[in-house]
Amino acid sequence: MIKAVDIRKSFGTQEVLKGVSATFEKGKTNLIIGRSGAGKTVFLKLLVGLLEPTSGGIWYGDINFLNLEKSQRTDIRREVGMLFQGNALFDSLSVEENIRFPLDMFTKGTKKEKDMRVNECLERVNLVGSNKKLPGEISGGMQKRVGIARAIVLDPKYLFCDEPNSGLDPKTSILIDELIKELTIDNNMTTIINTHDMNSVMEIGEKIILLHMGELAWVGNKNEVMESENQLLQDFIFASPFLQRLRTAFIKK
Amino acid sequence: MNFNFLHEFGRYLILMKTMFAPPENARMYWKETVRQMNDIGIGSLGIIALIALFIGAVTSIQFAYQLSDSFIPAYYIGYIVRDSTIIELAPTISALVLAGKVGSNIAAEIGGMRQKEQIDALEIMGVNTAAYLVGPKIFAGCVVIPMLIIIAAGVSIVGGYLAAVSSGFVTATDYIFGVHAFFVEYYVFMMLVKAFVFAFLLTSIACYKGYYVKNGSVELGKSSTQAVVISYIFILLADYVIALILT
Repeated sequence: MIKAVDIRKSFGTQEVLKGVSATFEKGKTNLIIGRSGAGKTVFLKLLVGLLEPTSGGIWYGDINFLNLEKSQRTDIRREVGMLFQGNALFDSLSVEENIRFPLDMFTKGTKKEKDMRVNECLERVNLVGSNKKLPGEISGGMQKRVGIARAIVLDPKYLFCDEPNSGLDPKTSILIDELIKELTIDNNMTTIINTHDMNSVMEIGEKIILLHMGELAWVGNKNEVMESENQLLQDFIFASPFLQRLRTAFIKK
Repeated sequence: MNFNFLHEFGRYLILMKTMFAPPENARMYWKETVRQMNDIGIGSLGIIALIALFIGAVTSIQFAYQLSDSFIPAYYIGYIVRDSTIIELAPTISALVLAGKVGSNIAAEIGGMRQKEQIDALEIMGVNTAAYLVGPKIFAGCVVIPMLIIIAAGVSIVGGYLAAVSSGFVTATDYIFGVHAFFVEYYVFMMLVKAFVFAFLLTSIACYKGYYVKNGSVELGKSSTQAVVISYIFILLADYVIALILT
C-alpha cells in the first residue's frame, strides 16, 4: 500500500498540488485521472520520488519515504517498476538488453539464470522472438510491452504507469490495460496508473482518484462512475455529447 | 549574472561529488567505461591525426620561411616544431577539437537521455545516474584523451618533417637532428598535465550541460553548443594558468 498525506507542490509561485491525500491499495489497479494540467504527472513523480513535495508525507507501507536517507530510498526504489509515457527504453540496447539491464545492474545470477528471467518476462508480455530487435524497430505497442517487461523483471512490489495508453490504438490500448491488470493480480503489486483513457477507467479502475486543478475532486471505483453526481467527474468522463447521451441511456435503463 | 554563475558552479560541484559514490555493480560501470573509451578514443583518432598532421606541416613551413634568410641553422626547424607541438599545439588544439567533437556528443547523448526520461528510468531502478552516466565518461576521457594528445604530438612532428623536407627547406638528417636536439623531458610532463586537465574539463562540462538540460530540442541544441563554448573558454584559461604555474 502507498499513502499520500496532504501533498503540496509548488513550482515558484505556482501551486500545482494543493494538499492531496490518497491511499493506493495493494493488489489493485489504482488510477489517477484528470484533465491535462490537473497535476497527475507531478503527483506520480512525487509518489515515486522523482520530485520532492513542498510539504506532506508519502508512505510505502509503514515507511515514510520522505524521511529516508538517499541510500534507504534507493532500497525502496528497487522494489519499484515504472512504465513511462515515452517508454524510456535505451535506444542503443536491444529489447533483450533493455529488459536485462536491471538484472545485470542489481542481481548476481548467472547468465543462464538471467536469460531465463528475460525470456519469462518476454513471454509474459507476448513478445517472444523480439529479443534482438532495437526499440526503434518495433511498434509503439510493442515498446510499451518491453517497458512493462523491464518494469517487472525484478518482481517489484509497486508498479507505476504514466499514461500507458498514450499513442496507442484502442485495441492495443485494451491489451496493455489487460496485461497491467493481470500482472497486478498475479504479482500482488500496488499499481498506480496515471491516465485519461476512458476505456481504462471503465475497465480496470478498481480505485479511481480524480484530480482537478491540483485538488482531489473525487474518489471511487469504475462501478461508481456512471451513477456519481460529481459534476467534475461527469464533465471529465462524459466530455462528448455522445458519451453524455450514453450515460443518460444507461441511467434510464 | 553573478548569482547565476555561482548557482551553476555549485550545481557542477555537487554533480562531481555525487559521481564519486560506490558503484552498484562495478562490472557494469567498467563495461560503460570501455564503451566510452572506444567512442572517445577510436572515434576521434582519425580527426586528431589529420589535424595534427597539418598543424605540424604548417608550423614547420612557417618557421622554415622565417628562418630562411637568417643564420640560424636549418635543424632548428625540427627543434621548434617539436617544442611548440609538445608544449602548446598538440594539447591545446587537440583539446579544442575534442571539445567540439566529443563534448557536443556527450552533452547531446546525456541530454537526449534526460529528455526521453531514460535518466528518470535509471533513477527509479535505483541507479546513481550521476555516477553511472557521468563517471565513466570523465574517467574514459581522462585516460584516452592524453593518449590521443601523445599521438597528436608524434603525428605533428611527422607532419612537420614531411612538409619541411619535401619542400626542400631542410634535409631529413637535419630535421631529425633538430627533433633530438635540446630535448627537455619536463615539457612532456607539462603536455601530460595539460592533457589530463583539458580532458577533465571538456568531459565534465559536457556531462554537466547534458545532465541538466531542460525539455525541448532547442534546449538540447543550446546545451550542446554551450558545452562546447564553455569548454573552449575553460581550456584556454586552464592553458594560461598551467603555463604560469609550470613554466
